[in-house]
Amino acid sequence: MEHVNIFVKAVFVENMIFAYFLGMCSYLAISKSVKNAVGLGVAVIFVLGVSVPVCYLLENYLLKPGALSWLSADFATVDLSFLSFIMFIATIAAIVQLVEMVVEKYAPALYAALGIFLPLIAVNCAILGGALFMQEREYATLGEATVFGLGSGVGWFLAIVAIAAIREKIRYSNVPAPLRGLGITFILTGLMGLAFMSFMGVKL
Amino acid sequence: MSNGTTTTEKVIKVREPLFSPRNKKLIKDPLNDSNPITVQILGICSALAVTVQMKPSIVMALSVIVVTAFSNLVISLLRNSIPNRIRIIVQLTVVATMVILVDQVLKAFVYDVSKQLSVFVGLIITNCIVMGRLEAFAMGNKPWPSFLDGIGNGLGYGLILVLVSAVRELFGSGKLMGYQVVPDAAYKAGYFNNGLAILPPMALIIVGIIIWIQRSRNPKLIESK
Repeated sequence: MEHVNIFVKAVFVENMIFAYFLGMCSYLAISKSVKNAVGLGVAVIFVLGVSVPVCYLLENYLLKPGALSWLSADFATVDLSFLSFIMFIATIAAIVQLVEMVVEKYAPALYAALGIFLPLIAVNCAILGGALFMQEREYATLGEATVFGLGSGVGWFLAIVAIAAIREKIRYSNVPAPLRGLGITFILTGLMGLAFMSFMGVKL
Repeated sequence: MSNGTTTTEKVIKVREPLFSPRNKKLIKDPLNDSNPITVQILGICSALAVTVQMKPSIVMALSVIVVTAFSNLVISLLRNSIPNRIRIIVQLTVVATMVILVDQVLKAFVYDVSKQLSVFVGLIITNCIVMGRLEAFAMGNKPWPSFLDGIGNGLGYGLILVLVSAVRELFGSGKLMGYQVVPDAAYKAGYFNNGLAILPPMALIIVGIIIWIQRSRNPKLIESK
């Protein structure tokens, strides 16, 4: 039950885009068509689902104060947490590189469709944000951290697909010229964020 | 004659003054025509999350200026020795080092603000402004212009941050920089703080409106349909 709670919370209540504005840059840049948005969203779910648990292991067996005590009792006071940024970002960059190579080898069609978006995931703040939130909230087990990672990914996916669908429709409306494109997308995202706020306080 | 012109050209190239018009443009452009947030769509994530009050957003803006300027400088110094294939990892390492320095300084001197910013200082690493400027500018330019470009883009980012946070703090809690601006008499006469301005979605709407104003004053930025 705890897992379901974490998942629903990560998807709706603490949605990466609408509550924390993480991964906005690619969200705004790639949301012109639903097809590309779906591709990028799936890639983000996958990378978050893999990198958050890996970072969880790093955090708990390497970085946290006293995390090294499984090596020997002498290390019980070592605190490496100031290294977490650099470790997390290196892990994420490596996983993205790995994903890119696997996709290129086994699914060349998807690789061609995603193009530049795949490597860009490395600098998508939603991924590093997921890892850092995991660190801040101190999830109890590896399972919880994985569920949190997947949930955040699904939330991001939902958000980008929804805005892409709206942007495809809005092309046929008469938006004031200076507001066209970027401006109206910002305001739309704000309104969608307001709608998502109605999930606040949902408890399972 | 031709010999003479080449030598003068050389002299100009070698002794370009530190603040030549070209270098000044590097600082001024990002404030308006190529603003990182409203035109280049870079670094939006953190811009929106820290703007409830002015104080954290000014601290955030300063941190970003420092990180962009110095990582631009370092990458520009290293640009000829970085192998192309692993450049992203090298860039991320340099940026992460800068961010760790800034984070430790903030924790040491302004601990409460650093708590308020929570993960967003760490997220400067993946702030697209830094990576975007490294890729677009520092990899192909000399150290001094790159340094200025970093400062300029950091300033452009900070400008929007301060604007948005001023609007949100003024309407959301009637204060600026933590000092009360709206007089008590106004509250007694029936004025209410706008609770919507404190909520995150308002930041997006304010940025949307800033884009609207900027583009209607500067029509060459309007996107074609």
